[in-house]
Amino acid sequence: MISVRELTKKYARTTAVDQISFDVTKGQIVGFLGPNGAGKTTTMRMLTCFLPPSSGTATVAGFDVLEQSLEVRKRIGYLPETPPLYPEMATADYLKFVGKLKGLSGAELAKRVDYVCQRCAISDVTKKLLGRLSKGYRQRVGLAQAIIHNPDVLILDEPTAGLDPKQINETRELIRGLAGDHTIILSTHILPEVEQTCEQVIIINKGKLVATDSVRNLQARARGAESVVVEVAGRHGSVEPAAVEEKLARVSGVSRVSCKQQVDSHAVFEVESEKGRLVRGDLARAVVESGWDLNELRPAAMSLEEIFLQLTQAETPAEKAASQGAQS
Amino acid sequence: MRNVWTICRKELGSYFVSPVAYILLMMFGLIFGFFFWNELGYFVMYGLQSQMRGSMMPMNVNEQVIRPLLQNVSVVGLFFIPLITMRLFAEEKRTGTIELLATSPVRDQEVIIGKWLAAMALYSCLLLFTAVNFAFLFKYGNPDWKPLAIGYLGLLLQAGALLAIGTFISTLTKNQIIAGAVTFGVCLLLWVLGWVSGYESATWAQVLSYISVITHFESFGRGVLDSKDAVYYATVIFLGLFFTARSMESLRWRS
Repeated sequence: MISVRELTKKYARTTAVDQISFDVTKGQIVGFLGPNGAGKTTTMRMLTCFLPPSSGTATVAGFDVLEQSLEVRKRIGYLPETPPLYPEMATADYLKFVGKLKGLSGAELAKRVDYVCQRCAISDVTKKLLGRLSKGYRQRVGLAQAIIHNPDVLILDEPTAGLDPKQINETRELIRGLAGDHTIILSTHILPEVEQTCEQVIIINKGKLVATDSVRNLQARARGAESVVVEVAGRHGSVEPAAVEEKLARVSGVSRVSCKQQVDSHAVFEVESEKGRLVRGDLARAVVESGWDLNELRPAAMSLEEIFLQLTQAETPAEKAASQGAQS
Repeated sequence: MRNVWTICRKELGSYFVSPVAYILLMMFGLIFGFFFWNELGYFVMYGLQSQMRGSMMPMNVNEQVIRPLLQNVSVVGLFFIPLITMRLFAEEKRTGTIELLATSPVRDQEVIIGKWLAAMALYSCLLLFTAVNFAFLFKYGNPDWKPLAIGYLGLLLQAGALLAIGTFISTLTKNQIIAGAVTFGVCLLLWVLGWVSGYESATWAQVLSYISVITHFESFGRGVLDSKDAVYYATVIFLGLFFTARSMESLRWRS
């Protein structure tokens, strides 16, 4: 549905987006992740034909953003970082205006306005002026204008920024609900949002593509080795963590054992194993045969937060040298 | 064409939803009313004087009331035009709604012409306001309507040219005040440029005086439709809108 090849945007002095390539297939929700100033908004603006790329190409539904910009714009719904609302217009009038701009008319327009009002839960403010709406409503009207012409692709720039927790949840719910009919790209710097809403993640940092994968693969990939959380309890009251640690470390394939937490009756360990070795069975046996209870045994998932920091903070030696050179 | 109409209606709606349009209408009505009363006062006094002297000098409502009135309106228009155009694009740039227009399947030209037409429509409303005064003139006097119509055509053309310039200036900044102030400065300059022809007859002075918007209104004010002046206004309208389009394009490349 969306195909980006070596997309680059240069400003006078800086390169905001540097040779980014990725694909998004139909019906997917993709999280566009990066720290502030990473080039998320610039990339989205190029996809929506607001900014022309300096080099490289991007196609949406088979149309080039530069050559066939009008065709692309017909198929895209876009919610910029601040919803593009005219404060002096009433909600319904505004949605009608946007619908007309997107090429709707007559009965179809009225039908779509009703539909998006219901879908985005703004039916109760259709007569209110946009300037009088609360932040949450403004964001939802912004979403409503983005989907009014039932576009193939939805591009949402930080759709939950500045909302309260309840509104954030509602908005995420709404976005997830839209996924079936639309291909969605949403940018954010909030990681749980991606874990909750997206299937696919594209991480960019300083204009460069850092990683693109499914959320699950990314979590698996970030760990070179596999790791397991083991909770052990003593049969009769207390447990000696050092003894358990020693025992677990002796299991073949285990590379590292660390005690995470210790209470009188039980202790939690994190066991890392070499890649590709399945040690869970052996671990369980070792614990039980030593006369302890095995309370819990589960693979440790790394939160996206850790992965993100790992990916975006890893400096290459050259960069390090450069930044040190700049300081001295 | 449909898009032009959509944009134009929305802009016109924005003028009339906010107090902008009503304040402009009120101020213009007041100022025009004063001018009308003034010109009529002179006309009546002149009539009385010529009666007392017993000389039957020909009196002409068109020449003595309508013509100076239209000249005044053409100058007063200079002050109202920045107020009409300053928000057109500057406001969209400030609030970010320009992103909506620029990512909708609408051509830049359609947006520009739509907005310019809305500005023209508002200015026409101002002119329409003067019809009240002229209704009295037609009721109690017997002026010729043709020079009046041509005068109004001139006023519209002149406003179109200045509004196109104002629209262009509005795309250059996010700040309405700056857009308004610069437009006002340019309008004023385009008015006073004509004055050099009063003391200088070299080529450069003739060029300057040709550029001045007001000099081209004189024949319209007299009720004479001169194609040379009409072409001048049409050219300025075209250039203004053309530069607006280029400015919109550069906005995309720069921002």
